[in-house]
Parts: sequence; structure tokens; C-alpha cells
Amino acid sequence: MANGTQRRMVTIDGNTAVAHVAHATNEVIAIYPITPSSPMGEMADEKSAKHATNIWGTVPTVVEMQAEGGAAGAVHGALTTGSLTTTFTASQGLLLMIPNMYKIAGELTSTVFHIAARSVAAQALSIFGDHSDVMAARSTGFAMLFASSVQEVMDFALISQAATLESRVPFLHVFDGFRTSHEIMKVEELTHDDMRAMIDDDLVRAHRARGLSPDHPAIRGTAQNPDVFFQARETVNPFYIKTPGIVQKAMDKFAKIVGRQYHLFDYIGAPDAERVIILMGSGAETAEETVNYLTARGEKIGMLKVRLYRPFSAEHFLGALPATTKTIAVLDRTKEPGAAGEPLYQDVITTISEGFADGTTPFTRMPRIIGGRYGLSSKEFTPAMVKGVFDEMTKAKPKNHFTVGIIDDVTNTSIEFDRDFNIEPDDIVRAMFWGLGSDGTVGANKNSIKIIGEGTDNYAQGYFVYDSRKAGAQTISHLRFGSRPIHSTYLIKKANFIAVHQFVFLERYDLLDYAEEGATFLLNSPYHADEVWGHLPRTIQEAIISKNLKFYAIDAYEVAKETGMGVRINTIMQTCFFAISGVLPEDEAIDRIKTAIKKTYGKRGEAVVQKNFAAVDAALSHLHKIDVPAQATSTIEKPATVPDAAPEFVKTVTAKMMQGRGDEIPVSMLPIDGTYPSGTTQWEKRNIALEAPVWDEDLCIQCGKCVLVCPHAVIRSKVYDETALEGAPETFKAVDARWKEFKGMKYTLQVAVEDCTGCTLCVEACPVKDKTQVGRKAINMEPQLPLRETERANWSFFLDLPEISRTDSVNFANVKNIQLLEPLFEFSGACAGCGETPYVKLVTQLFGDRAVVANATGCSSIYGGNLPTTPWTFNKEGRGPAWSNSLFEDNAEFGLGMRLTIDKQTEYARELVTLLRDDIGADLADALLSADQSDEAGISAQRERVAQLKDILAGNNGVKARDLLSLADMLVKKSVWIMGGDGWAYDIGYGGVDHVLASGRNVNVLVLDTEVYSNTGGQASKATPLAAVAKFAAGGKPTIKKDLGMMAMSYGYVYVAQIAMGANDAQTVKAIMEAEAYDGPSLIIAYSPCIAHGIDLASGQGHIQTKLAVETGYWPLYRYDPRRHQEGKPPLKLDSKKPKRPLKDYIYNEARYKILVKTNPAKADELLAAAQDAVNAHWHKYEQMAAID
Amino acid sequence: MDLTTTYMGMTLKNPIVPSASPLSKDIATVKQMEDAGAAAIVLYSLFEEQISGESHELDHFLSFGADTFSEASSYFPDMTDYNMGPDEYLNHIRRIKESVDIPVIGSLNGVSTGGWIEYAKNIADAGADGLELNIYYIPTSTSLAGTDVEKMYLDVVRDVTASVSIPVAVKLNPYFSSTAHMSAQLAAAGADALVLFNRFYQPDFDLEALEVAPRVELSHSHEMLLPLRWVAILSPQIDVDFAITTGVHTHYDVLKGVMAGAKVTMMASELLANGVGRISQILQSLVDWMELYEYESIVQMQGSMNQRNVAEPAAFERANYMKVLQSYR
Repeated sequence: MANGTQRRMVTIDGNTAVAHVAHATNEVIAIYPITPSSPMGEMADEKSAKHATNIWGTVPTVVEMQAEGGAAGAVHGALTTGSLTTTFTASQGLLLMIPNMYKIAGELTSTVFHIAARSVAAQALSIFGDHSDVMAARSTGFAMLFASSVQEVMDFALISQAATLESRVPFLHVFDGFRTSHEIMKVEELTHDDMRAMIDDDLVRAHRARGLSPDHPAIRGTAQNPDVFFQARETVNPFYIKTPGIVQKAMDKFAKIVGRQYHLFDYIGAPDAERVIILMGSGAETAEETVNYLTARGEKIGMLKVRLYRPFSAEHFLGALPATTKTIAVLDRTKEPGAAGEPLYQDVITTISEGFADGTTPFTRMPRIIGGRYGLSSKEFTPAMVKGVFDEMTKAKPKNHFTVGIIDDVTNTSIEFDRDFNIEPDDIVRAMFWGLGSDGTVGANKNSIKIIGEGTDNYAQGYFVYDSRKAGAQTISHLRFGSRPIHSTYLIKKANFIAVHQFVFLERYDLLDYAEEGATFLLNSPYHADEVWGHLPRTIQEAIISKNLKFYAIDAYEVAKETGMGVRINTIMQTCFFAISGVLPEDEAIDRIKTAIKKTYGKRGEAVVQKNFAAVDAALSHLHKIDVPAQATSTIEKPATVPDAAPEFVKTVTAKMMQGRGDEIPVSMLPIDGTYPSGTTQWEKRNIALEAPVWDEDLCIQCGKCVLVCPHAVIRSKVYDETALEGAPETFKAVDARWKEFKGMKYTLQVAVEDCTGCTLCVEACPVKDKTQVGRKAINMEPQLPLRETERANWSFFLDLPEISRTDSVNFANVKNIQLLEPLFEFSGACAGCGETPYVKLVTQLFGDRAVVANATGCSSIYGGNLPTTPWTFNKEGRGPAWSNSLFEDNAEFGLGMRLTIDKQTEYARELVTLLRDDIGADLADALLSADQSDEAGISAQRERVAQLKDILAGNNGVKARDLLSLADMLVKKSVWIMGGDGWAYDIGYGGVDHVLASGRNVNVLVLDTEVYSNTGGQASKATPLAAVAKFAAGGKPTIKKDLGMMAMSYGYVYVAQIAMGANDAQTVKAIMEAEAYDGPSLIIAYSPCIAHGIDLASGQGHIQTKLAVETGYWPLYRYDPRRHQEGKPPLKLDSKKPKRPLKDYIYNEARYKILVKTNPAKADELLAAAQDAVNAHWHKYEQMAAID
Repeated sequence: MDLTTTYMGMTLKNPIVPSASPLSKDIATVKQMEDAGAAAIVLYSLFEEQISGESHELDHFLSFGADTFSEASSYFPDMTDYNMGPDEYLNHIRRIKESVDIPVIGSLNGVSTGGWIEYAKNIADAGADGLELNIYYIPTSTSLAGTDVEKMYLDVVRDVTASVSIPVAVKLNPYFSSTAHMSAQLAAAGADALVLFNRFYQPDFDLEALEVAPRVELSHSHEMLLPLRWVAILSPQIDVDFAITTGVHTHYDVLKGVMAGAKVTMMASELLANGVGRISQILQSLVDWMELYEYESIVQMQGSMNQRNVAEPAAFERANYMKVLQSYR
């Protein structure tokens, strides 16, 4: 060991590796959450919260900013005044930093930004990895150092930190989002001694000395004129010229200290290679593994790993390539539409061309150079693809500007490769686990990796794939173990251990396609060992027999129930894995599992440890090896993914994604501009609820509260004529409607049990109790499986019943009547019990057929717009919300733009109606222009007029008539909704929200306030309340929640409401209707219970907490209506009562508050007192305001 | 006037001991009780359910939603440590021991012989002078025999007394088939004192909400008659200290308890309703009464009216029942 300090082997992911070094080598860290880089900031914050010091013995200051732009500004300021400063980001976050990056580089400021490289949203958002973000930052002047593996991430974090201090050129330290940022690997952990040895304190002091100070004043950031700007820009050249040498020097120094030698460009392969692939990032690991495999078989090939991409050193690059190279393929993990080629390709072309012209290349003749794209948005990049590229290079005319890994049947860019080519060595254990998020499979596997990685000499790798649902999410864990380092940066295709933790998956996926001959197959089965075989689908039986699998089964849920583990089968299945995989001797494995349990759960209390111990002990006695018959006997076939009735696109494209076969979809089958059909969640019957609600029609009072609160729109009701019941299924329930307006008609409340998530909010909201059995309500949870068949038929029949006419004389401001309005937002992937979606659904019930929705990035854009299926839908007339997501930060402006279009086009349409009055007919024209559209009847009448207008214009070929025809629908009132979470409205998008409200335009801003950044894992926002614990507020948030409503009220002309459906549904409905009716800007702040509150969201607790939030005065309900001011009344009306209960009655039911009591009771007491004072003061202020007219 | 008494080997300055109640959650209030004359203090109870329940709850919320979604592998920051289980309670004992000079008795409330008994040792280690074991169990299962329930109690007492060197009192309920036999067995199992009786808070119905609602009703003096009878019966038979804990509100109640054979009388409802200052008032009234009736010490009257010492021992038995009925007529 070079510096004499013992280094630990740790089993960690790339983000952890960065945080370890970045926190230790900086003084100031400015952060903002964005996937997949958020954990780096979170870990840095946690380290400082735990008083971990950097290598100079002081605790770095970590500050969360309101946006990445803000983080970059703070970083720039801290650097300008001489602190060692860093940040972490990705994707759009990096793009928001670019303006500051030009400044930081232009001022030759030493810093490292650590980037978990991710796709930049184009036709769609993607959270996954590629280089499109960092490639957009190429021109900023930042150096770019690319790491390929978790070990390199740790090493390069330090090398770049050392190099930036010497070179004064700022660095982007880049690694692939998810594939490296989230891949868990066994690596050697650098010590503080290593870091001290690498970082030259004189350079640190020089950096500090360059900081601006009033004690030696100078100015920086001047404005320059044409006379000097250009020359001044050229002053930095020497620094860029020196940087590659400085980086190599740092790499050499690192090799001396740590023992791992890196180069600016590392060549791997045959010394006399003729074909060479050049690439950077995690794909280089796969390429290296493949090259080693093929060269061992005599192939003359090689690959070049680009480490330092900027400044691009021609000298080092040319020196690294074999002179024998005849063909080069440059692989870029990005796309630049319209460019002559992708960036790395162009750099290689330029460098070799220039070198060849100068005679500085090793080549006797100019090699053929082709470029290709791979791996966009974490698309798999496998040895088969690498070989495919090498094969392409052997062709007389290889494809240039090719793609690999997809099927491009439109412009035919894709190259062929042998999908069965497999180089996974036999001495590596390859294990795959299918589980649900809620069953703890991933957590257990992370534990197993640590057990093996840190407890044995074996190397270990783990990578986890999640679907994009929040309720009932499916996970696939890919684990590799072996006696030598693992370089396989791709998913396992052939496993020697397959575990299926959910029996239902057997019917959905071809899981055993992944099993190799003789593999072990572990199944969590609800059936007894001697019955399980008979319940397997035929394809599974056949695979077990034909592949000669060793088949084991356990009823893990039974064991979990017996041992108090609930639905978490993690420990049980982990024990089974160790018992039968042979990775470790069984006794040793059990000991290690128990040690890991103690370590993981010990701080949560002994009871939790004991519960897990019991689960380990019980697991083994319930595990059975199943005798495999010689013949498959099952008649159970895999059901169709979607029914025949589904639209063609759903059957051919969406269904493939649902089957996990989206990689097979060719370019030609996908929409060209990111526009997808609405209403596709209805075709994906997920059946994730163990229990679903059942209507008791005799008890029901038809109040509609269950329909209103259902987050997934699975409870619906209709009032209809009795004649419609003809042909109803036998079990279809119908009773007399209890409305005076609907006398003699029938009423049905129907549940879509296959779409239900089992959250029980409906039961919680039901006000009825059975007089003979008070625990029973008018809607009750029952096991879902027995209901499935009958309710599928009932649901289908129900959907065909006629919808209520919206023009009937029914008051839709009434909660009871709203249940009859068709929701146009259904079956989203939101969490079970989600507190946001009931509001979204309500808006679609009221205005969905004429709504335009701008949705900020976050939970609502993910459950609202993540493929394969999306919940925004349409009615029988084909009308429904027009929905789009632009960005996180610009949503209010995006929505305003939609309003501007509507206003402008409506104005033009009206002008055309006036102009074409004679053609249209005076009566119709006048009626169109003077229509009262303040209610549903008025809107319906206008739609009829527009239909007439279209008929009239249909035969008119005049230019103006055709224009009017194209704009005629704009004569019907539209409703613009700008939706998003608090991270958007309070923080990153606040400037836009403020400006759009100030604009006076008729938009409706709906803030789904969960009080944290929910989608990225619960980071604090300015909506986070005082005393709550959140990421970046681990010690309890010391400041009060921003009063967004009060800020908006200060304009005087903005309608503002604060609502909480669970506490007062009538007020919620009233506020939403008033806001929409107000001809000006509206802001609605909606209390949204969330998983990040630490409540039993999936058991209806959100409803109870909402009530308490209002009753304790924490969340006063109010409506500020500027129209009331004009009537001489106070515009602010408080809709909730003066608080009578103390705040603690509400907050201490939630883990976000209780965690502080458990970690710092004194601080919790202090913050509780402050929070209670704040509630009192807040109420007092509002009470006074409500008296001012 | 000599008010001193002994309880579980401790010499106490008088027989008034505040029993387990929320009053002892605040150190300043404990100090006030000492200043008012409390001879010792029984702290509020550490509940078995609290220890395991909080752990399970924290585990549930930290695990729930974790590792289910690619953008959020967790929803809460990873904290170094949590004050789980008895930590808070033990710290409280330490702080109280630093603040007062009177003996401090910890209280454990639970039913199983599981890992939570470890906390008895923790309570002793934290400096408690004694431990009151409150075994609060409602045997609702029709398949659970009385002997099984009794065994459960005895196992707990044996386990706890074996694990600590401080004296252990057992607070028991009045619903055993044979209270006397059970009391003797508890003493044999190692109990240093028996505290009669635990008050079971009975659930009430909320007729508006049609819900079962927990209800806390403070005790009244007449409720003391049950423990009074049993202390009078048991104290001459079983060689442990007795404490009376239900319905002690006035100096008369204290006098009666002591005469029945209790070494101490414990009160909570009176102090909750009328303030801890009541201790000094009751003590004064006690002294006044003793002076009026020319008693010299508490010890003098201790057990003076137990079943062995009264003129009519049958008054505590079935014969008394008949007599009462006749007198009513």
C-alpha cells in the first residue's frame, strides 16, 4: 500500500463514491435535487449534519438552493470569494448551470461539478443515462473527465479535484446516470490520507488568495467592449494547453499513492489491432470486457477509453492508438440532430485528420472512421452490440452515423448484431430477482451485496430496474458475484439463479427465458409445496423441465405473517437465496444475514431486529425443493396483455412496453413528435390490490364522498333510466336514485377492482355506519381475487351505461352531484392513497372536456405522463384534457403560453365571425359572439352553434372561411390549468408563478402541496413546515413554510384559495369552481397527503391527517375572491373554524415530525413550540385580514 | 410527629407516594412534589407496547416506499441514531435522580417475558431505587385458562426480579380467581411489594360517532374500599410490603390504608385534579388528626386494623356481605 494507510473495501454506488470524496475535499456545497444526482447532495448534507469533517478538519457547509441555476450562482459566489466549492447535478439541472459555468471557466476558477449524466428532455423527459447533458456544456470551458465504473468515479473525483486546483480550469466529473450512479459495486475506498496526499495545500491557499476580499480589493465580472473582449478571451489558452499534462500528472501521482494507473486515453486490446472502438463512460467497461474476450480468441481489435474529453489532447490521443489501426468506430452516447456527426466522432475526425496532415499520427494510411450512437436513455449496451460494431467495421462499406441497440426501420441507421452472443463467464454467479417495491426485494438484495462484498473476498455488483409506477411498482434486481472484478455494465441476460417473489408475475412475463440450463429457480408461492406445480402456467412448467432447473418454493407471505413482517418478505427471500444459491456456506450466510440485520435495523429498536431474526429462522423450515415431473401438465396459459377491444396502437406498441419488450419496438412504430394517444391506462389491468372496496347498496346514502376521494378514479357512480339495466350481469347492483331531480331512476356505484390500489380512502371517507354492526360501512374492503371476474363484467356494463347530461338542471357545485360527472383522469400510477390525484381528477370532472393542462415536472408529470400507459383520457364525444409537460421550472409560463394561444385564436375567430357574418347568418353569428358560457348549459349550446358553424363553413373555400373553420372550436370557452407540486410553485418555478399571476390572465394555478419534493425522495422545499424532518433538513426545518397564498393575495386581483379535500370537500369544490369562473388569475393551494409525510397513505391515514391539519389551524381553509372586494365585502373568507386542538395532535401522527423527537427531543420540543406559535400567529393574521373589506 | 415508614427496604419520611401518572413526566413537577412532601415517587410507566410499537412504526415508515421507484430510493434522511425504546425514559430517570433526593421508583408496564424485560435492568442501571411492575393484561381469549394467565404473571415477576438487584413491586389487578393465593405466589416469585390495585381504564361508547372511545375517569375515595379490604386481608398473611393505590384522596384515606396494613398509600387522581400542593395539605391534616387522637407514629397504626387485628375478622369476608345487605334493608 503506497501511503501506508489501510483502505477498506466498500460496496457502494457511484453517487456514494462521489459524496465520499467531494465532501472531504470541499468547504461549500450548493445543491438542488435532480435524478439521478440527488443522492450525492443528500449524502453530503447527511455527512455535514452528522458533523463529518473534510480533510482539513472542518465540516463543509451544505446549502440547498431553489434551482440548479441558483446552486450554480451560489457556487460561483463561494468560489469568487475563495472557498473550495462543489455541486452535483444532471440533465436539465446542468443546462440551468451553463450561464454560470461560462463565467466560472472564464474566470479560471478551480472547481469540480460532479455529473450523473442523463438524457435531456426532447420528445419526452427521461430520467435515465446518456451524455446529452454534458455534451450541451462542451463550450463552457469546463474540462471533462469521464469515469466508467464506480471505482473510477471515486478515483476521478479526487484526480479532478487535484487537477482543477493546479490547472485553474474547472472540471465536470462525468459518469453515467443510473448505470454508474446507482450501480452498487465493491470498490476500494480512498482514505483522507490519500486525499491529503493528492491535494496540494499550497494550491488550496492560492485558490483562497484569488478570492475577492475587501482586504485586497479588486473587481471581477466587468463588462468589456469590442476593443478587448476578444483578446481577453484568448488569455486563458495557456491554461487549457497545460491541463492535459496536469491531469496526467495527477493520474500518475494517484497511481503512486493508490496503485491504480489511469491515462488520458487508455487503450485495451491487441497491440496490432486493425479495428478500434472509441468511447467513454460506462459503455467502455462492456467494450473492454468484449475486446478482452474476442482478442483472447485471436481477433485483432482494440478499444480506446476516453478519460479526459475536454481539453481534448490530440497528442495523447494519437499516441494511444495502435499504428496498425485501419478502421475506427467512434461511439457517442448522445444525439445532435442535424450535426455532421456526434461530438466525440467529430473530435476524432478532426484530430486524426489534422494529425495525418501534420504527420503526427502513427498511421501509414488514413484509417476509415465511422461514428455511431448507442445507449440513449440507458438503452442497454451489451457485448453483443460491441461485437456488432466490430462486425460492421469489417464490411467493405460499413454504415456511418449508425445506431446500435435499436431497430431503425425508417432511416435505416441501425446495424445488426447477434442477440444471442453472450460472454458472461461461468465463474460469476448471476442472480435475478423479480419483486414488488413494497415487498422489500431491492433492499434485501442491497443487503446481500454488502454481505458478500464486504464480508468475503468476492467481488459483487448490483443493479436495480424499477418500473415507473409508484403503486404496485415492480422491481428487477440484477446481482453478480465472483472472485474477480466485474466489468459487465449491462443487465443479466442469462442467470444461474432466478427468484420470483410474486407468483402473479409468472402469468405476465416470460421470466424463465432468463434462466440458463441447470439454473436454480426460487418462487414465492401462496400454494403448498405439493400443490405449487399444478398452479404454474404451462410455459413456466415447460421451461423448468427443458432447462433442467432446480426448483424451490416457499410461502414467504405466510412466514412474514407468522413473524410479524407484514408484507415485507425481504429477509425471508434473502435467507432462501443464501440457503440454496451456494454463494456462501449456509451457516456462515445466516450469521452474516443476522449481523447485517443488526446493523441495518439495530438503530430502529430491538423489536425490529428480533422480528427479522425470527423471519430468518422461520424461512428455512418453510423452504421446499419441488420435485419436477417429466411432463408439463398445466392448462394455464398466459393471458393477453391487452384485450382485443384496445386500439391498434395500444395492441401493437403499448402492449409491448407493458410486457417489458419495448426494446423490440422499431422506430417506425413510434410517434415522431412525442404525441401519444390519451386514455391508455384503461387497457392495463394491474390487479395490484389485495383487497378492493365492495358497495353495500342497502346502507349507501349516495353521498358520493367515496367517488370524490378515490385517487385512482376506480369508484364511479351513475344515475340512469331503469331500461338501461337490460342485459345487466347477474351481480350488477342497482338501487333507486336518491335525488329529487332523478325520481324513478336507478343508481349504481361501481368499483373497477382491477384498477384499484386498495388504499381504503373510500372506506375512510364513507360517513355511513351499519346500525347492526357499526364497524361496517356502506363501502367495505374485501379480498380482490374472488371479485375479479364478476366485477370485470360489471365494470364493463357500467361503462356502457349513459353518462348524465351535463346540461341537466343539476347543480354541479354540490359534492353529491359531482360523483355523476365522468372523470377524465383515471388509473394513474400514483401511490396508493395519493393526496394529489383526487384534486386532479376533480378538475377533469368539472372542466376536463375543455381543459388545457400545463403540468410541471414532478410526481404529477410522472403519474400523469410516464409511458407505457397514461391516465389523462377523453369522453364519448372524444373531448378531454389536452395535457403537456414542458419543464420543471417553466410550467407557469408554459401554461400562460397556452392561455395566450387560446385568447389570441379566440379573438381572431370572433373577428372572423364578424367578418363572415353574412355567410354564417346574422342570427348564428350574433349568438356565437354573445353566448353566455358561464355554465354547462351555455357551453353545450355554444358547442351546438359551433357545430352548425362548421357545417355552414364546410363548403366554403374562402380563405377566411377556412381559417374560421380551423379556429371554430376556440369559440367554446376553454379552461387553462397550470398544475404542479410545491417544489415547482414555491421554489424553482416561483418566479414564473408570480409573473403569471401578476399578468392578470385567466389561468388557474393548482399547487399540489405535499410540502416536499416528493418525486425525488422527499427533499425540503420552501413549503416544508417548521419542525418537519426532510432531506436537506435532517435536523428539522428551522423556518416556517412560505405563505404562498398571502404573497399572491398581495396583488389584490388574484383569486386565491387554500383547500383540503379530506377536511372540507364542499369548500374544495366551491374554491375550484370559483377559481375557474374568475376571469383572471387564480391560485389554489391544495393540501396533499404524501408518502413522504411518513403516514399510512395506503391505509387511509391521509384523510385523517388532512382533517387534523385543518382542525389544528395548521392548514386554514380560505378563499380570497377579488370580486367580493368590488361588492364591498372582505375579499378573504375563512372557511375553517378557529383551531381548538394543539398542533401536536396533528403533527405527531406523522413520521416526518416524530423522527425529530426520536433523534433530538430537545430540538423537537423547541421547534414544536415555535411551530405552535407560528400557527397561532398565522391564524390571527388571517382572522384580521378576513375582517378587512 | 413521626410519619416515617418503610417500603421495600427504603425508609420513607411519610406514607404518601405519588403513583405513576403523567405528573412525573415533567422534572419541575417532580421537584414540586418532593417539596410538597412526597416521600418517594413512582414514575410514569414505560409500556412494553411503546417500546416495540415505536420500533415497528419507525421501521415501517422508514421502509415504506423505499427502493420502489427509480427517482426515490428513500423518503427520509438517514439518521445516525434514534432514541428508540427506553432511551428517553432512562434519561428521564437520570435527570430526576439528579434533581430530587427522595427515592425514585421506575415503572414498567407490560405482559410478556420478551426482550423488554431487559429494560428493567436498564431502569435499575439508570439509578432507580425501585421498580414497579404493572402487569396489565386483559385475557380475552376463550381458550386461555386462568392458570395460564397466572403463570404468565409469575414468569414475568420471576424474570424481572432475577434480572435486577433493586426491589420490585408488582401492581396487580383485582380480577384473579384467588387473589390471596395469587398474591402469595407473586411474593414467592420474588416480589418485594404488592400494589393494590391497578385501575383498568374502561372504554366508553361515543353514540354520535358510533365509536368505542377511550375514557379516563379520575378515581374517587369510595374506590379505595376494594384495596383497603384486600390489604387488610393479605398484609397479615404475606410477608411483603403493601401499597394502596386507588382512591387515596384525603388524609382519612391515608390513615385507613395504613391501618389496613399498607406501608405507603399512593395517589394520582387527587394531585391531577387539585394540584401537587395537596400533598402538603394532606400531610398537615394527617398530623393534625394523629395529634388529635394522640398517635405517636405511623408505624404505631400500621396494620392496626388488618384482618388479624380487628375485633371482627369476618367483616372482611362473606359474612360482611350478608350484613351489608341486611343493613340496607
